[in-house]
Amino acid sequence: MATVGILIETEDGAVKDANFGVFTAARGAGDNTLVALMPDGSAESAKEALGQYGANKVVQLSVDGGDPAASPDLMARALAAAIERYSLDALLGLASARGRDMLARLAAFMDLPLASDCISVDLAEKTAVKSHFSGKTFATIKMSAAVMLCTIRPNAIEAQKAPADAAVEQYSAAVDDPGWVKVVQVKKEDAGHVDLTEAAVIVTGGRPIASADNYRILEECARLLGGTIGASRAAVDAGFAPHSMQVGQTGKTVSPHLYIGCGLSGSVQHFAGMKTSKVIVAINTDKDAPIFEKCDYGIIGDLFEVVPVLTEVLKEKL
Amino acid sequence: MKIYVCVKHVPDTAANIKIVGENGFDDGGCKFIVNPYDEYAVEQAVQLVEKNGGEVIVVTVGKAAAAGTLRAAMAMGAHRGILVLVESQFLDSRTTARALKAAIEQDGPAELVFTGKGAVDTEGFQTPYRLAAAMNLPVVNEINRMELGEGTVTVGREVGGGARERVEVGLPCVLGATKGLNEPRYPKFPDIMKAKKKPIKEVSLADLGLSSDGAMSELVQLEKVPERSGARMMEGDVRQAVDQLVNILKEEKVI
Repeated sequence: MATVGILIETEDGAVKDANFGVFTAARGAGDNTLVALMPDGSAESAKEALGQYGANKVVQLSVDGGDPAASPDLMARALAAAIERYSLDALLGLASARGRDMLARLAAFMDLPLASDCISVDLAEKTAVKSHFSGKTFATIKMSAAVMLCTIRPNAIEAQKAPADAAVEQYSAAVDDPGWVKVVQVKKEDAGHVDLTEAAVIVTGGRPIASADNYRILEECARLLGGTIGASRAAVDAGFAPHSMQVGQTGKTVSPHLYIGCGLSGSVQHFAGMKTSKVIVAINTDKDAPIFEKCDYGIIGDLFEVVPVLTEVLKEKL
Repeated sequence: MKIYVCVKHVPDTAANIKIVGENGFDDGGCKFIVNPYDEYAVEQAVQLVEKNGGEVIVVTVGKAAAAGTLRAAMAMGAHRGILVLVESQFLDSRTTARALKAAIEQDGPAELVFTGKGAVDTEGFQTPYRLAAAMNLPVVNEINRMELGEGTVTVGREVGGGARERVEVGLPCVLGATKGLNEPRYPKFPDIMKAKKKPIKEVSLADLGLSSDGAMSELVQLEKVPERSGARMMEGDVRQAVDQLVNILKEEKVI
């Protein structure tokens, strides 16, 4: 039995769906006490949703006279104070851009072990399983310290409901800002996009997409599925898509329920970033493309012919 | 400016990893490269020194073969290297950070420290933070923009969901580089030859007053990720193939 903290991430004030899988990881055998830490968004309005997944406490975390959103070091110190206050045995978060940064900052500040981008955790044994060597191997990491920290790969652990009565608590940490790092601006470039690393469905276009405009074809299909679009390195290097859309090594690591690769060859570097997807579908004109050897379902055909038909069929059948 | 760049000698992403025993791999049997993210770090440091003068020192913690990665970084323009020799294949991040700190401070003082945003072998994504904490310096990771000011640096980073952050940080600091920051150069033959003559200082953990005891995390098991056995191909014309696919995806409950 352990007391496990979960760092909640919100998007425009709402709790991101990707958080729920972290709760399932945190529950362990089912007798752990789960403390949700919310530095942003409203604990009161998130209480019900988080309770569905087993939160026993939902803590509205703030800092006495400080704005943790403007200083990641201040946020790390607030989390450190929360670990003490709630006697946490572990703190889990999402392996998202924010979670990755925050838990590493916290691990360094408190001198605690951290396992990044985990696909499973065993809080009783203090072990976590994560990808090594660009997704070619899984490593089991054993942590030996009073508190262990883990970031969980979004969607890697399927969220399971386990209703609990969640109590809301306010906690304002009395911590000082070292004043080292100042966030001066946050700019949202393409609002309305589902975050690539957290999307449940991703439709990716490789070099054959041939222009930035053509991504619209994939976008329509992805939107129907509640997902988003990605790009291969070749497509990014050719200028068809921004680097923020790149999946694979030197891009993003994703683990959606469904990954549809259109016009991808299936390089090791690309697979390093999407190999743990639940179902991988490939659409390619070349029947000998290596991707067909490494995916679940394949269609031989031109993405410009296949994807619009897929979109039509989805409109009919969903 | 005296700039230190921390680099790592890692197996080529395309290399086949042969697992040996419970938690090791055959590192004699695969090709190694400079950790891809570290190339952005080296390039940035070299560009800054080309513009403002100074020295770029590359530092690594690894086995003797890691000298190859220092040579590759020196072929890109770094002036000299420091190799902290260790025996372990997977030194924990905390010890690695302490070794980097000790090696840099023994040689320094550092005006700026670069790393890659993470390493593609252990995928731990924490050494830049531990290094900064050990050196009592600020850290910003995953930067893809950078502007050097007077005593400060302004960096840009992506924070997910299409959002970008602009961050101000004082010097000296630790910056973790990622794709987008620059285009790493391909060294030309004369640069590679010149790099062979550049100095590498070798030190051991003991020389730095450190040991690998007291690691808080340990890799206990390494296993191959099961490969998919090949796609089930959808048959018929486009419409038939797509119909079949959609039915399967519904059965699999992924749509």
